Amino acid sequence: MAPARSETDQERQAPGGLWRRYIFSTDHKVIGRQYFLLSLFAVCVGMTLSWLMRAHLAWPDTRIPGLNALSPVGAPDGVITPEYFLALLTLHGTLMVFFVLTTVPQNGFGNFFLPIQIGAREMAFPRLNMLSFWLTFIALAVLLSTLFAGDGPPISGWTAYPPMSAIGSLAGPGEGPGQTLWLISIGIFCLGSLAGSINFITTVLNLRAPGMSLMRLPLTCWAWFITAVVSLPSFAVLLGACVLLLLDRVAGTSFFVPGGLVVSDQIVAHSGGSPLLWQHLFWFFGHPEVYIAILPGMGIISHVLACFSRQPVFGYRSMVLALGAIGFLSFAVWGHHMFVSGMSPYAGLAFSVFTLVIAVPSALKTFNWLGTMWGGRLRFTTAMLFSVAFVSVFVTGGLSGLVLAQPAVDAYLHATYFVVGHFHLVMGMASLFAVFAATYFWAPKMIGRMMNETLGKIHFWITFAGVHAIFLPMYFIGFAGAPRRYSDFTDHFLIPLIPVNRFMSWAALITGAGQLLFLLNLLWSSFRGRLADRNPWQATSLEWTVASPPAFDAFEGRQPMVYRGPYEYGGPVGAPDFLLQDAEEPRSG
Amino acid sequence: MGTKAATLPLSERRMPTRPGAGRNGDGGAHVAGTRGNGDGFIPLQTYRTGMWLLVAAIVMLFAGLTSAMVVRKGLGGDWVGLTLPRILYFNTAVLIASSAALERARRRLAGGAGTPAARGWLMLAASLGVAFAAGQVLAWIDLVRHGILASTNPSSSFFYVFSGLHGAHLLGGIVAMFYAIRAIGRLKSAGSTARARSIVGAVALYWHFLTALWVYIMALLALS
Repeated sequence: MAPARSETDQERQAPGGLWRRYIFSTDHKVIGRQYFLLSLFAVCVGMTLSWLMRAHLAWPDTRIPGLNALSPVGAPDGVITPEYFLALLTLHGTLMVFFVLTTVPQNGFGNFFLPIQIGAREMAFPRLNMLSFWLTFIALAVLLSTLFAGDGPPISGWTAYPPMSAIGSLAGPGEGPGQTLWLISIGIFCLGSLAGSINFITTVLNLRAPGMSLMRLPLTCWAWFITAVVSLPSFAVLLGACVLLLLDRVAGTSFFVPGGLVVSDQIVAHSGGSPLLWQHLFWFFGHPEVYIAILPGMGIISHVLACFSRQPVFGYRSMVLALGAIGFLSFAVWGHHMFVSGMSPYAGLAFSVFTLVIAVPSALKTFNWLGTMWGGRLRFTTAMLFSVAFVSVFVTGGLSGLVLAQPAVDAYLHATYFVVGHFHLVMGMASLFAVFAATYFWAPKMIGRMMNETLGKIHFWITFAGVHAIFLPMYFIGFAGAPRRYSDFTDHFLIPLIPVNRFMSWAALITGAGQLLFLLNLLWSSFRGRLADRNPWQATSLEWTVASPPAFDAFEGRQPMVYRGPYEYGGPVGAPDFLLQDAEEPRSG
Repeated sequence: MGTKAATLPLSERRMPTRPGAGRNGDGGAHVAGTRGNGDGFIPLQTYRTGMWLLVAAIVMLFAGLTSAMVVRKGLGGDWVGLTLPRILYFNTAVLIASSAALERARRRLAGGAGTPAARGWLMLAASLGVAFAAGQVLAWIDLVRHGILASTNPSSSFFYVFSGLHGAHLLGGIVAMFYAIRAIGRLKSAGSTARARSIVGAVALYWHFLTALWVYIMALLALS
């Protein structure tokens, strides 16, 4: 029976007017682009902050021109104080984790491509979608306002550990209005994220086109779906925790502040609370959060690897199960962030075991990625290079996670640069590589033009070599005992590490500058790039059946029908080696 | 190739015939009607799915706070049990009555009975909701008069957190009820009846959940 769509079969028209069309738009494609640009801005700010920190770590006495204008207290004469170093560190972490890694792989690419890939005309709740974006935008504005409000951004890290974060300006610069604004920003971000999750889950459950059974979903859709399922409970708990911490600050409650605390020679009025309680609530969110950052990347690179290996994804069903298993296990491992907090060793053992178990689905995915490429007719496009590099850093970063998962080893390494190297590689760089892969892969759809492959490959090699030059030495200075969060390494046993620090700082400056190639490529290609046809990569999923860029109504009034799985690549040489998901004909040969 | 098949007019296309196709992927779009007002292509069941997800998020919020309360209470000797203001029991009864009125409205509408009656029951439910909110404010005033603030004791801190967050969600529920009343008032065609029914169904789900949540909070606070 043909579906009855008489009244809705006409093509939808985009609303007129600049505001409704580009600013307060309910169009999932516009919202996806808005998220992308928001994250692009956040990542530029975040990277600049990391440059400031790296410059100070390598040359502690060097004046950074202009910095004293931004913060006369934090950087008198342009030299960063230890407190201001922590402020930069907090802002860098918060920007990168929330506004880049949580935002662009899920909300940026997900909003743009999820509805098209499942054959839907929109997200389930378009207005709620617009609200999600603008809440995220407001959250970012509030966060950045801490640079200029009061005595600067908070200094208690992206984890906002109490009691420092709970007792106001007594705890140091930035702990007054800065920390309050930080909590408000993250609270607003939680609301935007929750609304987004509801939208993603509902869209996947209710809006799939005829024939798009769950086991025919592209792995990107599975990843966005499971990420949303993981986000929903974790952001809800973070929101509750932020409310409690905010009340500790503004209403004089004592959820997280113990009694008898003396800070800056003053007795704190609170009593009876527990800083550990915050750590439990925070990491109940915080660990799923790292999977929120990486799961969409896993989906994206599975998608890209299959396309450029011209082979189906190896073990599609097990890939889906592994995504689900990782999502589920992510709620059982938060304690591994707290091995050194004085928790019961038995609890530590349990968390350690669960953490090691996550290696099983992770390894399964890694072998499946290798299996997908094995024997394929590989096409080394820029998107493919970044996807292969994702698998590489996922391994080099992930294996150090197995080291840290042992409570006894973690006791030594926890507060060192080993951990910094670990999470930057496995969470930061792996996700970032997936974002780059997605940008080069989907640029034809998002901007309607191809990105320049030569510039792209130069960008890839600078980035791939660069991130290893920055983050691999961190493992070694971590072994040597270099502590995290120190603003300079000019004391005692840290002096021999200064040359390594200088090397990492040079690497960071060069690699960061190399990203200008990416920005230039994106900008240039948006206006001057070669026009893209519908399916420039000979790929199989539904986004390649619509125009590049898609019309406001992507399927232009027709109802897409799905007849086959998402990765039907391969076949005899000479014949087209792929079948689109909406191709009706039986496979020839 | 694939694009050719997809551009055939609807009447000439067949539904997927391969084994297993179309089992899950019908999306429900052609079963339960669609949402109006320019979103005509979005199936009505999204209201229900989205509302269940919202309920799940709120459950997690309060589960997290409950665990915080259990831990905080067990920490030290500073927990002093809070005697709840009497008006809260009255408020609880009002909220349950409101839920009952809303359920009445939902069933009227689902049964295809006259919409004016459903609208009346909805108005009653909304009024009782407003009365509950006012009663909650009175309970807060009562506590403040007795000098019991959020900072007085962890038990009072949690009371204000639980009742405050519940109240914030409740205000959203009241707004949603007025939205539903408006939707019923604008009924014209049979299509919009299905839409109004879905809206009232989703609002009822949310409101019943808030009632159950409040009963849970009362039990939690009264027993601690």
